[in-house]
Amino acid sequence: MSLLSPGGRPIEILLVEDSPAEADVTLSALRDGRVRNHVHWVEHGEEAIAFLGRQGRHAAAPRPDLILLDLEMPRMNGHQVLAVIKEHADWKRIPVVIMTSSESEKDIFLAYDRHANCYVTKPLDMDKFIDAVRSIEDFWLSIVRLPAA
Amino acid sequence: MLTMMPRPLPVNLMRSMHMPTDRETAMVEILLVEDSPDDANLMIEALAGGCLNAHITWVDNGDEALDFLRRQGKYTASGPANLVLLDLILPRKNGHEVLTDIKQDPILRRIPIVIMTGTDNEEAFRMAYDLHANCCVSKPADQEEFVLAVKKIETFWLRVARRS
Repeated sequence: MSLLSPGGRPIEILLVEDSPAEADVTLSALRDGRVRNHVHWVEHGEEAIAFLGRQGRHAAAPRPDLILLDLEMPRMNGHQVLAVIKEHADWKRIPVVIMTSSESEKDIFLAYDRHANCYVTKPLDMDKFIDAVRSIEDFWLSIVRLPAA
Repeated sequence: MLTMMPRPLPVNLMRSMHMPTDRETAMVEILLVEDSPDDANLMIEALAGGCLNAHITWVDNGDEALDFLRRQGKYTASGPANLVLLDLILPRKNGHEVLTDIKQDPILRRIPIVIMTGTDNEEAFRMAYDLHANCCVSKPADQEEFVLAVKKIETFWLRVARRS
């Protein structure tokens, strides 16, 4: 569909997910996707911020084109990470897709209020979970024009 | 009942079409902000092809878009919008200004705004994301791809994504 990045480079995705099992399913589903992408997985909110800021072991990290962000994480939760990203002059334009098991109206409200680009709930059923990731991939990597850095 | 409008659609005319389906779902309110009647026609047809209870309102300028969203002026009886498809190139108030007004409004800011525009200007897209557009889509030049893109927008935002 649309040209996602000049030169056809892979889409850089930052996955912020504290469950290795769920990260694994997400990584597999994205790997099988139509559009070439590199997924960088971090398990904590603090590491996501370090990745974006190219700090410590993330000194050579690429700038993500898209962020998939869980809400329920220990210490720094997804809402806090979202707030940091969307208040940052350089990072705020990176689309953030909230991917969470929470169906709470309050979480949905808060996320959109803090300018999450969209909110997708993770189904418990594995096949439906994979479908949800594929829907995200199909839309955000194929139809959407992601912002240039 | 769906009533298809004759082409070309007159400019400055608000179009409101109800598309009932055999599937019981909550009504969703889509606002289309598009100053090209030809493009609006295609978009309304594409949205009409979706299988949801979608009520579409078409306006061709930013001031009317805000009146609709705020349910003021001639739109006091309108329901709250669930999704907005917003062109950037509009007469008088441009899409970026409309986007700014929406995203700074404490009530309206949570409505998903999909920028769908013909401009290829990278800076325009960057600015839209900076102003918190939920996503941006370039209008494909090919008519079939254009219709498909609109259908995919509708499917994703009304069936996959959760809304506030």
